[in-house]
Amino acid sequence: MSFISYLINGISLGSVYAIIALGYTMVYGIAKMLNFAHGDVIMVGGFTVFFAVSMQGLPTAAGIILSVVLCTLLGITIEYIAYRPLRQAASSLAVLITAIGVSYFLQNMALLIFGANTKAFTSVVTLPAIKLAGGQIMISGETIVTIVSCIIIMTGLTLFINKTKAGQAMLAVSEDKGAAQLMGINVNGTISLTFAIGSALAAIAGMLLCSAYPSLTPYTGSMPGIKAFVAAVFGGIGSIPGALIGGIVLGIIEILSKAYISSQLADAIVFMVLIIVLLVKPTGILGKKIQEKV
Amino acid sequence: MKKFKKGMSLLLVAAMLTLAGCSSSTNSADNSSSNEPAEAGDAATADGAVFKIGAIGPSTGGAAVYGLAVQNGADLAVKEINAAGGINGTLIEYNFQDDECDNEKSINAYNTLKDWGMQMLVGSTTSGCCIAVAAESANDNLFQITPSGSSVDCISNNDNVFQVCFTDPNQGVGAAQYIGENAVAQKVAVIYDSSDVYSSGIYEKFVQEAANQPFEIVSAEAFTADNKTDFSVQLQKAKDTGAELVFLPIYYTEASLILTQAAAMDYAPKFFGCDGLDGILNVENFDTALAEGVMLLTPFAADAEDDATKAFVSAYQAAYGDTPNQFAADAYDAVYILKAAIEKSGATPDASVSDLCELLKGAMAEISVDGLTGEAMSWDSDGAVNKAPKAMEIVNGNYSLIQ
Repeated sequence: MSFISYLINGISLGSVYAIIALGYTMVYGIAKMLNFAHGDVIMVGGFTVFFAVSMQGLPTAAGIILSVVLCTLLGITIEYIAYRPLRQAASSLAVLITAIGVSYFLQNMALLIFGANTKAFTSVVTLPAIKLAGGQIMISGETIVTIVSCIIIMTGLTLFINKTKAGQAMLAVSEDKGAAQLMGINVNGTISLTFAIGSALAAIAGMLLCSAYPSLTPYTGSMPGIKAFVAAVFGGIGSIPGALIGGIVLGIIEILSKAYISSQLADAIVFMVLIIVLLVKPTGILGKKIQEKV
Repeated sequence: MKKFKKGMSLLLVAAMLTLAGCSSSTNSADNSSSNEPAEAGDAATADGAVFKIGAIGPSTGGAAVYGLAVQNGADLAVKEINAAGGINGTLIEYNFQDDECDNEKSINAYNTLKDWGMQMLVGSTTSGCCIAVAAESANDNLFQITPSGSSVDCISNNDNVFQVCFTDPNQGVGAAQYIGENAVAQKVAVIYDSSDVYSSGIYEKFVQEAANQPFEIVSAEAFTADNKTDFSVQLQKAKDTGAELVFLPIYYTEASLILTQAAAMDYAPKFFGCDGLDGILNVENFDTALAEGVMLLTPFAADAEDDATKAFVSAYQAAYGDTPNQFAADAYDAVYILKAAIEKSGATPDASVSDLCELLKGAMAEISVDGLTGEAMSWDSDGAVNKAPKAMEIVNGNYSLIQ
């Protein structure tokens, strides 16, 4: 019985990783860059909901919309100021380091604005927990909402990319920026759109992360961000269903190793599994092997 | 990737520190200028000699509740002493620096204070920082008294460092004895932070002492600094093993998450902590009903009925608009202990830092101080304090002393 509850705990942790990983993988898949600031956009999203709903007393829905709008604008701004100028000129390494800089910039701005004291987040999920087997197994409302959101977002993104013009443009840009431009696709606009969607997803992820683990500090997004990045690599970075699978698998491995091996070594085991998976299948679980044409 | 992050963080930290340094030094300038005109006629200020007392603690960051309390508690004591004419007629100048509960920043804060001319240090507030700073102050032979750095490593090998609070082993032993002697529970689970010296220090001694006590440790689970949001497994194990009491030798930030997650899984054991839990009621927007009934061992209760505590609490509330916690009382005591030691030794502010330290070390072995955090506090040659612990329980959203 306890195994089942560990498994459920793993899935709920994993679903949080998955929803963050969706944003990571989306931006990587199209713009081919690792947006390390993603975790911190999540934190900004969490704080927006916290201040709108818990402090100002706005209705939850208004808080969520405000957070999504704010994060979208933030994502577009970050892309415009920090990443776009480097896209042509510099190596991908420069963009990577800029992303790390943006990440720290956001954390320190949050420290200045919100202060570093821990804030207890009030869950936006009102769905009651489901109790099975006489209350021995419990699935929290947050978990259900997170998983459902993951599936909706995953389906939505897949449809968007495959069925709409803007989505096709994204695919084209991800394949070959130069060629896409020659075909009349607005590359900068497409990448901006990618960041806008990625950051809107971050706002939703931030809200769900803080609902599941209701403690909010300027560093709230950073460790889950890194774990979610691992989940995205695990599932095959760039693959949208891969992010979901990677996140859930990672969460389950983490909880089961905490439960049955050692609560201290859980992280070490998670990263060890990552190394093994990458040794066996370098592109991740669902990653596509891309043939470099010479 | 982590390396890049580290490098970037160092750069930004340096930038932040310069900024933080500027702002806090203007603060202290403001303080001293507001004190000085009032005391201008005093003989002691006429020759310009003052005792320069520095203090270090996290006034921002996850442990900010402690640092702010230390900052204010020491500030209150300094103001009282200065208003009463200083120590042997010599006034005190006071300067507090933020370390954000980070070892490197704490050493930077120490260096800033040394440049300012610090002669004695009240700090650092948290154990990890205190150990880092103690290594520096031992080199300089600068007298250091930590209000709340409770690890043994703060004082061992550093005979210039003294503690106002209990050492971690004493907290662990004290907690185990309290649970055993008062028959609080038969089956005890422990959740501790294995990456933190404070937490693992208490845990080790708790386990040792538990062997002599009539209760049983049924589960002991750790977490680490990088994995401190999900406690479902640790709580599930405690629940499955039937623990009636969960011992939390950790800080309040994680404890608030543990309480929330335990409530979500309908697990309601007794929670028992040490002084690290002090501050849990101040977490912004935290549902304090979750902390109802939490017990903690801490040497100070703001609602105690004795005159000294009442006077301190009302003065603190008037000055800072907040109810003081144990850390404020520790820091307040620390300044008065310094005063007692200076008076005992007859030290004067013109002595060198090292001479001053030697004089004060001698005096510490002889003095006995009645403070807020203990009656007749005395110190052994290692720098550890002797006093009796008090147990408190959170009732109706307030700490109250268990009689």
